[in-house]
Amino acid sequence: MSKSSAVPSGVTGATLAKDLRLEWRSKDALNSMLFFSLLVVVVFSFSFDPNAEESRQIAGGLVWVAFLFAAVVALNQTWARELRNHVLDAYRVSPAPANSLFLAKASGNFIFVAVLEILMTPLFIMFYKLRALGPAWQLIPVAALGTWALVVNGTFFAAMSLRTRSREIMLPLLLFPVSIPALLAMVNATTAILTGELSAKFWIVLLSTYDVVFTIACLLLFELVLNAE
Amino acid sequence: MHLDASPVVTLTSVFKQFGRFAALRGVTAEFTSGRLYAILGDNGAGKTTLLRVLAGLAQPTRGTVSILGTTKLRSVCHELGYMAHPSLLYDEMSGMENLRYFARLYGISDLTNNDPTQKDEGGAANMTAVGLDPALARPVAQYSQGMRQRLSLARALLNDPKLLLLDEPFSNVDSGSAREMVLLLSRLRSAGKTIFVVTHQALLLEGTADEFVWMEAGQITNRARELRPVETR
Repeated sequence: MSKSSAVPSGVTGATLAKDLRLEWRSKDALNSMLFFSLLVVVVFSFSFDPNAEESRQIAGGLVWVAFLFAAVVALNQTWARELRNHVLDAYRVSPAPANSLFLAKASGNFIFVAVLEILMTPLFIMFYKLRALGPAWQLIPVAALGTWALVVNGTFFAAMSLRTRSREIMLPLLLFPVSIPALLAMVNATTAILTGELSAKFWIVLLSTYDVVFTIACLLLFELVLNAE
Repeated sequence: MHLDASPVVTLTSVFKQFGRFAALRGVTAEFTSGRLYAILGDNGAGKTTLLRVLAGLAQPTRGTVSILGTTKLRSVCHELGYMAHPSLLYDEMSGMENLRYFARLYGISDLTNNDPTQKDEGGAANMTAVGLDPALARPVAQYSQGMRQRLSLARALLNDPKLLLLDEPFSNVDSGSAREMVLLLSRLRSAGKTIFVVTHQALLLEGTADEFVWMEAGQITNRARELRPVETR
């Protein structure tokens, strides 16, 4: 066997597989996210007891705010594992590209939040008596693009706040303001699809543009963040 | 084996500042290849910072560091093996799972080869060489501190590095295992590797280290082939 250089896709795959394996064993992020989302669904349902029409109006906001807050829990866990025993230093001294690590972490978070969404959606439908009056299939690209918007910035800002003293507080402080345009697009697109009153296409295009711009920005800047002392 | 006497590491007026604290104060030194250097000194002398600068984990505030003929340390990182004071291992994974993952970071996907002193890389062989059983399935969290240290050394050897940087490799390792680790380091040095060992247990390296390097207050204060009487007492 001879020495070869690290293949970026191979490193991304190996890091993603490692993160999924660690999460499967500990279930730290998933359990915390599920518990938090479940609380939001139940508490809001009992607090407001909306009818079907009111539910369609508010569900977009409620669902995405619940997922946003739940995602923060997973995002904080992502890098905590790399800080224990200073494992991140082992990555930094290796020839593996920084962006491979970022893509693996963002993809892992995407999978965790997507699993949460898949598990929680039936509960949202049941508790809020939801039925889409618009093209329901459009909820799939909205969910995929919206989730990526949350996790790509979240993964980046979680890495940025790694070396700060109150990183659990720092992450939402950095993430939420930057996520406002994406959140607006997600909520409006979801509401448009549920109520069937307006087209969601504009919001989906906006969300796609947001994803492209912020993914590129994060990839360009991540090496600096990773190697900051 | 042909040993090249050209410097593998050259430090020129290297300063490292952490806020107002200077961890390294103008370190200038050359280290030739195929030798084992024991870096000694009290806590806070700058030993770990020196190793982190060599590993590329800390940027010098001033001065230049050249490794294997280049100051672009990123370009030679595949020739470096680094073992830090923390284990740099995932507690939730087994020893071999850790080694397989870190091997992928170096583009190594086959961990079945045998002798770590040869050119081939071998995760299982590295584990055996440091006295660990590759079949050990329990997570690293359940390892003793000494076992973690040995696994950490096995991880640092994965990429068959030309330059090995070891920070306190013998801490919390029992004396028998420590002697075995010294023997392994001696074999690696004979295979042409340059090894830096930061340690407080200088006696373990007596007769093995080619040179003892003393640091004090961020500077190299002395270099000698033998331990001073005060260390051998």
